[in-house]
Amino acid sequence: MEPLDEELEESALELPSEPMQLNMGPAHPAMHGTVRIVLELSGETITKADVQIGYLHRGFEKMCERGTWTQCFPYVDRLNYVSPMLNNVGFALAVEKMLGVTVPERCQYYRVALGELARICDHLVCNGAMAMELGAFTPFLYCARAREIIWDIFEEETGARVTHSFGRVGGMARPPTAMFKDMVRSGLPRLLFMVGETEKLLLKNRIFLDRLEGVGRVSKETAFALGWTGPTLRSTGAAYDVRRAHPYLVYDRMEFDVPVGSAGDNYDRFMCRQEEIRQSVRILEQVLDQMPDSGPVNIDDPRIVLPPKEEVYTTIEGTIQHFKIVMEGVKVPAGECYSYTEAGNGELGFYLVSDGSGTPYRVRIRPPCFAAVAGLQQLIEGAMIPDVIPTFGSMNMIGGECDH
Amino acid sequence: MAAKTQSTPWTKPAGKPTAGKVVPRPARTAQVQAYLPEFFKGLGLTMRHFFKNTKEMMLGQKADPVLESLSEGITTIMYPEEKRPYPERFRGVHRLTLRDDGSPRCVACLCCSTACPAQCIHIEPAEYPVGDARRGYERFPGSFVIDELRCVFCGFCVEACPCDAIRMDTGHHPVPYDSRDQFIYKKELLMTFTGRDGERLTENPRHEPGDPSHPGISRDQHH
Repeated sequence: MEPLDEELEESALELPSEPMQLNMGPAHPAMHGTVRIVLELSGETITKADVQIGYLHRGFEKMCERGTWTQCFPYVDRLNYVSPMLNNVGFALAVEKMLGVTVPERCQYYRVALGELARICDHLVCNGAMAMELGAFTPFLYCARAREIIWDIFEEETGARVTHSFGRVGGMARPPTAMFKDMVRSGLPRLLFMVGETEKLLLKNRIFLDRLEGVGRVSKETAFALGWTGPTLRSTGAAYDVRRAHPYLVYDRMEFDVPVGSAGDNYDRFMCRQEEIRQSVRILEQVLDQMPDSGPVNIDDPRIVLPPKEEVYTTIEGTIQHFKIVMEGVKVPAGECYSYTEAGNGELGFYLVSDGSGTPYRVRIRPPCFAAVAGLQQLIEGAMIPDVIPTFGSMNMIGGECDH
Repeated sequence: MAAKTQSTPWTKPAGKPTAGKVVPRPARTAQVQAYLPEFFKGLGLTMRHFFKNTKEMMLGQKADPVLESLSEGITTIMYPEEKRPYPERFRGVHRLTLRDDGSPRCVACLCCSTACPAQCIHIEPAEYPVGDARRGYERFPGSFVIDELRCVFCGFCVEACPCDAIRMDTGHHPVPYDSRDQFIYKKELLMTFTGRDGERLTENPRHEPGDPSHPGISRDQHH
């Protein structure tokens, strides 16, 4: 009997050489966020990556054009659903910039305090989820427990755990509760303890370090070219923080460091976020010391802020004012503005156009993670499949704001 | 209200460039590289948590349901046997407040349905019958329907109500039902809910027409 291979052509003996296509997502267990990455593989090395977003597109910008300026707040809650309060504050500041008003000092401190709590939340979720996707489940649970402390504070303050809808044009929905300062003061040490436990488990773990260090490296120039902001940019060594570069609210009175990385790899992004948690705690401590215990929270302008309920119940002026604002919305002068704040992922910008009515003419958001995800392709091309997971995790893509 | 050039929080100060604080790079000590020593250290940490929790569970120690997130050991709340009380500002299921005579406080002004970003409130205003003191003075909701499935619990309706007729202080979350139409809450159902204090009455001090304590003049006594 003749050997089999003699009848075959030579090429048939070789392994198939066309590149292998691999779909990651949109519902991959190791990818938080609905994103689809089409990978072209050569062995386990990625030769081409195609990052496709849009699975969580809800038409946020168009929806905002339907209601009043105030009615946008529930929508911005759902942009970055990991730190909704930062979006609330960012949007309120944008509308106030158009109106040319500044909220009272107490409200500014309150916004900074709530915003920093939300920022800690954001970083805890990002780092915890990133560790979980690399197989370290316990640190994620410790992070979740730390986040629980913050959410309890939010629940007490705003009445909801995630979708606060707490910001208002010209102030906040409610003044701080009497317990606010005590709650934060008692929560922060516990939170730092949990963050410390997380680091103890992760930063000496060789598997974790090997998968982060040197992976997803990006240079400062590339990061700038991609329009990165926030921890992803700072990890490359550029100390750009909107809170420092263009202080808003009372950030110019706060003493805090801007953590920067040196290599721009996943490890630096992880560590920048960890350090920012500590800096946020530092800011919070200063805010609690400086925040006045009494005083107005909303600005004193009947055209912007709803009158107190007692006046609405008893006086005709209050009732008319109330109806004007509820039925027509806050009248924002015609014009356009771009307002930017530092959200959990970086610069959160709102570009607003008003035609002078109570309804936004156009709301455009500049989501920080949109730029970060746009750069993901460059980072993972040439890397291995397992490198996609930590690199994507360190981008902290939030579908809600990315697919605006 | 005109935008003036004033010292706003958005003005950039003439400052020096920000100096960053460089985060540490990983410490690749021999212990880390050997993996096992640090592995056991980490295991020890998780075991410490584990045994502490197990001990608390054996001893039947439970975390305080309000401050449970601050407790060091077990934070589990055995829902539904044990419930975490909702905070004062919690936005729960809506309720319609009542007047002294048991009719709804609502005057069907449509403020709440206008302010609702989810458009989940539907009101059909109706006139009081001829002869009623309130006829021509105010209306009442012939039907008042809230779709609790569409509701996003933002609390805008409560804020928009000019007469304290709708509230979200029931302290309950919406009950899970098995069909969608059960989530459509009608006026009669909304009026049965009580606030946390068990009250159904409104705090709105507005007087009824014809009330002798009414500071204004009623429709019968002309100006």
